[in-house]
Amino acid sequence: MSSTVISHGAAHHDAHDHHHETFLTKYIFSQDHKMIAKQFLITGIVMAVFAMVLSILFRIQLAWPEKDFPILEVFLGKWAEGGRMKPEFFLSLVTIHGTMMVFFVLTAGLSGTFSNLLIPYQLGARDMASPLMNMLSYWFFFVACVVMVASFFVESGPAAAGWTIYPPLSAVPTSIPGSGLGMTLWLVSMTLFIASQVLGGVNYVSTVLNMRTKGMDLWKMPLTIWAFFLTAIVGLLSFPVLVSAVVLLFFDRSVGTSFYLSDLVVQGQILPNEGGSPILFQHLFWFLGHPEVYIVVMPALGLTSEVISTNSRKPIFGYHAMVYSLVGITVLSFIVWGHHMFVTGMNPFLGGVFMITTLIIAVPSAVKAFNYIATLWRGNIRFTPAMMFAIGMVSFFVSGGLTGLYLGNAALDINLHDTYFVVAHFHLVMGSASIFGMLCGVYHWYPKMFGRMMDTKLGYFHFWLTFIGAYLVFFPMHFMGIDGVPRRYYAFTAFPFMEKWVSVNMLITWAAIIAGLAQVAFLWNFFSSIWRGKKATQNPWNANTLEWTTPVEHIHGNWPGEIPTVHRWPYDYSKPGHDTDFIPQDVPFSETMSSNLPHDFEGNEEAVRIQNEWNRANNREIIEG
Amino acid sequence: MKFKINNRFKAVLGCLLAVGLLFSTPSFALQQDSTAQDTTVSATVDTAAAADTAAASTPMATDSVEASSATGSTASAAAAAPAPEKQIDPQVYKNMTYYILLFLFICTVVAALGKVLSIYELTTKMNGKYNPFANNTFQSVLFIVFLVAFLAMVYYGYAVWGSWAWRDAVTEHGAKIDTMFIITTVIITVVLVLVHLLLLTFPYIYRMRAKTKAYYYPHNDTIEKIWTIVPAIVLTVLVLFGFFTWRSITNVPEDLQKSALQVEVLGEQFQWQVRYPGADGIIGKRNYKMTTPTNSYGIDFNDKNAWDDIQASDIVLPVNKSVRFHIISKDIIHSFYIPDFRVQINAVPGMTNYFQFTPTVTTEEMRERMNDPKYDYVMLCNKICGSGHFNMQKKVVVVTEDEYRAWLSTQNKYFTEDLQKEFATVESKDSEGLTTASLN
Repeated sequence: MSSTVISHGAAHHDAHDHHHETFLTKYIFSQDHKMIAKQFLITGIVMAVFAMVLSILFRIQLAWPEKDFPILEVFLGKWAEGGRMKPEFFLSLVTIHGTMMVFFVLTAGLSGTFSNLLIPYQLGARDMASPLMNMLSYWFFFVACVVMVASFFVESGPAAAGWTIYPPLSAVPTSIPGSGLGMTLWLVSMTLFIASQVLGGVNYVSTVLNMRTKGMDLWKMPLTIWAFFLTAIVGLLSFPVLVSAVVLLFFDRSVGTSFYLSDLVVQGQILPNEGGSPILFQHLFWFLGHPEVYIVVMPALGLTSEVISTNSRKPIFGYHAMVYSLVGITVLSFIVWGHHMFVTGMNPFLGGVFMITTLIIAVPSAVKAFNYIATLWRGNIRFTPAMMFAIGMVSFFVSGGLTGLYLGNAALDINLHDTYFVVAHFHLVMGSASIFGMLCGVYHWYPKMFGRMMDTKLGYFHFWLTFIGAYLVFFPMHFMGIDGVPRRYYAFTAFPFMEKWVSVNMLITWAAIIAGLAQVAFLWNFFSSIWRGKKATQNPWNANTLEWTTPVEHIHGNWPGEIPTVHRWPYDYSKPGHDTDFIPQDVPFSETMSSNLPHDFEGNEEAVRIQNEWNRANNREIIEG
Repeated sequence: MKFKINNRFKAVLGCLLAVGLLFSTPSFALQQDSTAQDTTVSATVDTAAAADTAAASTPMATDSVEASSATGSTASAAAAAPAPEKQIDPQVYKNMTYYILLFLFICTVVAALGKVLSIYELTTKMNGKYNPFANNTFQSVLFIVFLVAFLAMVYYGYAVWGSWAWRDAVTEHGAKIDTMFIITTVIITVVLVLVHLLLLTFPYIYRMRAKTKAYYYPHNDTIEKIWTIVPAIVLTVLVLFGFFTWRSITNVPEDLQKSALQVEVLGEQFQWQVRYPGADGIIGKRNYKMTTPTNSYGIDFNDKNAWDDIQASDIVLPVNKSVRFHIISKDIIHSFYIPDFRVQINAVPGMTNYFQFTPTVTTEEMRERMNDPKYDYVMLCNKICGSGHFNMQKKVVVVTEDEYRAWLSTQNKYFTEDLQKEFATVESKDSEGLTTASLN
C-alpha cells in the first residue's frame, strides 16, 4: 500500500533524517525497531544477571543452611545479620528471582528483543506499525524494571509471597514483611509491565498482518515470525486478565475491599474482610500464568527452528506441522490453567477436565520436538554457537516437557504439587529452554544487531559450561521432589527425611555457581564484541531470510532502495540442482531454473509452462502442470 | 595479531592489579602482600579447600536437625540483640578478595588457552594444514561425550537418588498413584533416552563435511501423522487412567464420607492444630470471629457438638480405617501434605477442603520396613506461608485400632474449664445485651 511512499522517503533518508538525530533520539528515545530491540536485549541481560545473582544467593543458603557467610552482611545488611540470611529475605529472593526471570528476562528480554528485531526485518518492513508505541513499550518495561529493583531499597523488603503472589499472604502486610510497601511496588511494576506488553503486542500483531512485503504471504513467513505473531496474540489476550487480578489485589490491600479475602485471623487479629475467595485470584492469575509459559517458550521455539534449519543446511522438517502445532499450543494454552490448581480446593471434577486439556497440549509439543530431530537427520550440520544452543534448547524442552506428563496428571500431581519436582520441571522446560533459545538468538543475530561477530570459542566455552551446569542443577531436583521436599523452603534442616539431600544440595549449588560464573564469558563476549568483534559480513550464516539482505550498517528504513520482493519460502537449503546450498527468499524462481520443483509453482500454469520450456531446452524431465 | 594478544593480556593483568590494589588497604597490606604471591599458585589448593569446607558442613547440617527449630529463633534473637558497634572482620574482605583474584586468575587461564588455540590455528594455516572442519568435528564429538555423560547421569539419578527418594505409598489410593507413577516413568524414560540418542548422535553423524550436501527433505506427511497419533494414543491412555484414579480419590460416595473418621486440621502461621470430633463423631462449628486468646481455634461453643471436641497433639490414625480430613486455615493459604500418604490439599481461609484416605501401614511396620527405628510420617506445609514455612510440621502416627482408642482417651478437650467460664460470661453478657436491645 504505502510502500512507494516509504521507499521514496528511504531513498532520501540520508538527506532528511540522519542529521536530525541527536544522541537522545538515536540511543535513548529511539523509535527505530533495531535500536529498541537492542535496548530490550541489554535491559533483559542486566535483569538476567541480577536475577541470577539472587538465585545464587538463595542456593548458597540452601546448600549451607548452618553456615555463616559474613560477606553477605556486607552486601545485604540487616537481611543477613551475622552472615546468615533471614527466612523472609530468602522468600523475597525467590519471589523476585521468579518474577524477573519470567517477566523481564524471558518475556520482555526474549520476545521484546527478537520480535522487534526480526518482525520488520524478516517480513520486509521499514519499521514497526507504530514506532512511537514501540518506544513506549520499551520505556514502560524499563520503568517496571526500575520499580522492581527499587523494592530492594524499601525498609520492609521486596515482595516475598512467591512470584505467584497468592493472597492472602500477599494481601495482608502483617503476614510477612514483604507484603508491605514491597508488594505495592511489585504490583505497580507489574501493571507498567503489562502496559508495555500490550503496547508491544498490538504492534507485533498489526505489523505482521499489515506490513509484509510483496510476495510474503503468511505461508512464506519464517517460523520465527509465526512464533512471535502467535506469542503476541497469546499475550494480548491473557495479560489484561493479570491486570484485573493485580488491580483487585491492589484494592484489597489499599482500599479495604474483600475480593480475595475472607475469614482471616492473622497474628491474632480478626480481619474485617468477608466474602472473598483466594481461589478467585488463582484463577485470574493462572489465566495469564499458564499462557505466560508459552509466551516464554514459543519465541524460543521459533528462533531455534530458524537456527536449526539454517545450520543443518536443510529445510525445517514439516513446516506446516510446525505452524499448526504452534497454533495448537496457542489455542490450548488458554484452557489448561487449572492444572496449577488441582489441590487448591478447586472443584475436583474441574480438575479432571483440566487434566485432559493439559495432556492434549503435549501432542503439538511432541510434534515439534520430533520435527527438530527430523531436521537434523541427514543434514550437513555446522556447529555455530547458536546451533549448539539450539540443540541444547531442544534437549531441555524434551527432558523438561516429559515430566509435564506427571504434573499434568491430577492424580500424580497430588504428591508432586509445589515440590522440587515442579521446580525442576519448569526450570528445564521453560527456564533453561527459553534462556537457551534466547542465547541461541543472540549468537545468531548478533551480527545483524551490532554489525560484528561474537567470539566463537568463548561461545562454545559458554555453551558447554551452561549446558552441563543447568542439567546438574535441575536434574537432581526431580528426585528431591519425588521424596516430597517442598519448594520455597528456607532450609532443609527441620525434617529428618530431608537430611539425605544435603550432599545433593551442595552439588546443585556448586553447579549453579560455576554455571553462573560461566555467564561472565558470555557477558565479556557480548559487550567486548560490540566494539572489538570481527566485522560481520552481510550474510555470515548463508541464511535465506530477508534480514540478511539488508546492509550491515544499520540505516533508517532497513533497505537502502526498494524492499525486496519475496518469491519463495524461507527454507530452501541444499535444494538439489542449485549450485549453492541456500537460496534466499528474494531470489525469483526464474533465476533458479535448475532447482525448481513442481511444488514451488503452487499451480501457476504460466510458471509451469516456462519451466517446462527450460526443461526441454536443457534435457530435463517435464513436470506436470 | 601479536600486538592484539599483548593488548588483551595487558588488559587482563591490569584488571588483576587494579582489583588487588583496591582491596589492599593499609590495615592489612602486609598480609596481603605475603599471600598475594601465592594466590596464583594456590588457585587449585583454594578450590580444594572450598570443597573441603563444603564437605565439612555436611555432618554439621545433618547433626543439627533437632536444633533446626531453634534456627529461626536464634536468628531472630541475634536480630533483636543490641549491636552497638558492628565491625566486620577484615578477614571477610580478604577472603572475598582472594576469591575474586582466583576467579580473575581462572579468566586469565581461559584467555591464555584461547590464545594458544588461535595461535595453533594460525600456525596450521601458515603450514597449509588447516582443516576448516576441525572444530566442527570436535564439537560434534563433544556431543557424543555429552550423550554418554547424560545417560550416565540419568542412570545414576534413577539408581541412587531414585532409591533415596522412593518409598512405597502407605495408603490405599497411594498404591494406585504409585502404579501410575511407575508406568509414566517407564514411558518417559524410554522417550527421554530415545530422543537424546537421536538428538545427540545426529550432530555427530551428520556433521558438516567438505563435500556432502544435506538431503532436501521438507516434509513427510505419513511420518508426521505417525508421530502425532502415537503420542496422542499414549496420552489418551494416561489421561483415562489418570482421570479415573483422580475421580476415585476425590469423588468419595456420600455414605463412605459419613462413615469415615472425621478429623479437622487447621493451619496457621506457623503451626497446625488438630481437632478430633469426640464421642459424638461430629466436629463442632467454628466461627473465626469467636477467636480469642484462650480460644485461638475460634470454636463456636454455641454448637453443643463442639463441647466434646478433642485437641490432639499429633495426628494419630487407626490403620486400615478410612479417614476424612477437613482442612481449614486460620490466616493464609497453607497446604496439608503428607508425602508418604500421597496426600495433599491446600488449607484455604474461608473454605473447607476435604481429603479422604485409608492408611494401610502403621508407623511401627514402616519403621521396620525402612529399618530406621526413628522413622515417622510427617505432615508438612507445602504452600509458601512466611518466615516459618520451612518448619511447619505435624507428626503423623498410624497405629492399631486399640492403640488409637487408648491414645484418644489421653487427649484433652478444647472446651477447657477456662473456656467454659469465658463462654458462660460471654453468654450472660450476650443475653444482657439482648435484653437491653429489646428494651430499647
